[in-house]
Amino acid sequence: MSDPNTPSPDRSARRGADKAGFAIAFGLALLSLVVGWDAWRLSQINVYSAIGPAAFPTIIAGGLALLAVATAVEAIREGALERPRDEPVPMAWVLGGLIGQIILLPFLGFSIATGWLFAATAKGFGRGPVWAHFLAGTAMCLVIYLIFAKGLQLSLPAGPIERLF
Amino acid sequence: METFAALGHGVVVALQPMNLLFAFAGVMLGTAVGVLPGIGPALTVALLLPITFKLDPAGSLIMFAGIYYGGMYGGSTASILLNTPGESASIVTALEGNKMARAGRGGPALATSAIGSFVAGTIATIGLALVAPTVVDVAISFGPEDYFALMILAFTTVSAAFGSSVTRGLTSLFIGLALGLVGIDLQSGQARLSFGIPDLLDGVEVTTLAVALFAIGETLSVAAAGLRAEEVIEPVKGSVFMNREDWRRSWWPWLRGTALGFPIGAMPAGGAEIPTFLSYALEKRLCRKPDEFGNGAIEGVAGPEAANNAAAAGVLVPLLTLGLPTSATAAIMLAGFQQYGLNPGPLLFTSNPDLVWGLIASLFIANGMLLVLNLPLVGLWVRLLAIPRPWLYGGILVFATLGTLGANPSLVELGMLLIFGLLGYVLRRYDYPIAPVVVGLILGPLSEQQLRRALAISVGDPIVLFQSPIALTLYALSALALFGPLIFYLITGHRAPVGADED
Repeated sequence: MSDPNTPSPDRSARRGADKAGFAIAFGLALLSLVVGWDAWRLSQINVYSAIGPAAFPTIIAGGLALLAVATAVEAIREGALERPRDEPVPMAWVLGGLIGQIILLPFLGFSIATGWLFAATAKGFGRGPVWAHFLAGTAMCLVIYLIFAKGLQLSLPAGPIERLF
Repeated sequence: METFAALGHGVVVALQPMNLLFAFAGVMLGTAVGVLPGIGPALTVALLLPITFKLDPAGSLIMFAGIYYGGMYGGSTASILLNTPGESASIVTALEGNKMARAGRGGPALATSAIGSFVAGTIATIGLALVAPTVVDVAISFGPEDYFALMILAFTTVSAAFGSSVTRGLTSLFIGLALGLVGIDLQSGQARLSFGIPDLLDGVEVTTLAVALFAIGETLSVAAAGLRAEEVIEPVKGSVFMNREDWRRSWWPWLRGTALGFPIGAMPAGGAEIPTFLSYALEKRLCRKPDEFGNGAIEGVAGPEAANNAAAAGVLVPLLTLGLPTSATAAIMLAGFQQYGLNPGPLLFTSNPDLVWGLIASLFIANGMLLVLNLPLVGLWVRLLAIPRPWLYGGILVFATLGTLGANPSLVELGMLLIFGLLGYVLRRYDYPIAPVVVGLILGPLSEQQLRRALAISVGDPIVLFQSPIALTLYALSALALFGPLIFYLITGHRAPVGADED
């Protein structure tokens, strides 16, 4: 999403290399190694066809390696960019909501786990209290569960509340 | 004439009461979700895909087409009244449209975009019906090496057209291609990049990736922006009807926008952003009152909005005839076809003519419904804009996880949703485009299949890839797309204008 009217991030701010660019280049190099290692493993297996399962991953690993180098070069050439600071607390709430849902789902079922997700996300966006949103979210998710699990036959994980119906 | 007979048959299919109901549900859902800030048609279709896979294929594809068109309409409402484009093809609409709304001319701005979308959508759908059979005739003779070249062209244009630099576009594409490797290789039966996790043997689901990148990534980046992103909703003041002057100033921009949008959307280069930027620039140059541009010129809404919708219909040409998605929404619609075991491409026109022509005919109906629904119901849509953001994003995450669980009730799937959501956040934060990741995931395995098929026929001789004139032409176009911006820079000394990302 780049607005064509706003100028691109300040190009005059050239204070050393862009650290984020280096981090991304490192990530790409790592991904390239993983894909390349898997391709090497596959190439050890004998396959009777003109082109085996390792060929395409090899090309992609090569491409990723080249892009890692290109990203690092761009990070040096463009220099450090000014980026708006991100708020860690709201993000932590949203992530906590998603992780909490994964943890709660097997024990407490869809409604409670997803009710927590709703409450934590709302809290991340500055709307509390958590308990009221949790109750409202759980009730809403129970309705959703009944519509989709009973009406549309989707298999959603059931917990103590869902088993009552 | 054959085309008209087929289309006539399609109209009969589309007019079946059940299918009309699906079209209606699609346009309502599409508009409602499209109006919500930050949600575009790609995410709308991705969210609804897992929920519909138990329904009848023709009906749900008709519904997806309705969602696609409805999302386009709804996106322009959000851009005009809120100045937050739901999808990148509406960015230009926001430029003039929001200025008009601030000047108390929100009604005519909404009207010109709705009627312009209808005019453009109808003309472009006629174009789709006329062009598609011709493309199918050509595509029947394509060999696997030609398809491979076509996909290379799609890869390069998608990476070059989206995002702020070719390196960034290609990086996104290769991340998608790497994700496409995950799972069992169908030809050799070998598991690739699965690390012994059984859930990964089936590969990465397109819908999981798309929902994660678009919904979770967007939510995380809006949450991270905190109070930075406060928005003001402009109330719709005055009449929603256009006066005589508005009509006079809108006609030509609608038609010019259509003429730009459809061909560019229909090319395998695709995308709806570029024609909207071109249309804006063109109208600015042709306008008799150029000083109005930047302060709410109606031409600046009418032209780009028509271009946007014409391109949206154009994108369906390569999707239906070649099975080649050139935008994120098209990629997810392709996943929608695949979940019913249907493969878009030349053969679909002979194997499922009812479905294809019913779909095309239903586009006309969806367009008409949108025109009738949009203007009178504008008050309802505006109320959707006023949903408090904590509830809106909470609801988005509830539906994102519901869709993922509905398709595959496994915790590993939810874990992937979380990880790809973080990926989506990082991509947004550092200005990487999202669409090439989705296109890479869906086209990567298809291109590998075509490559191996071509090489199996030639018994491993790679020369076969560069022998057919069709393939060579497509490679030349790919090279142009990839190095075009560089050549542009060398010749003019300016950076080439590039489109923005779609979500």
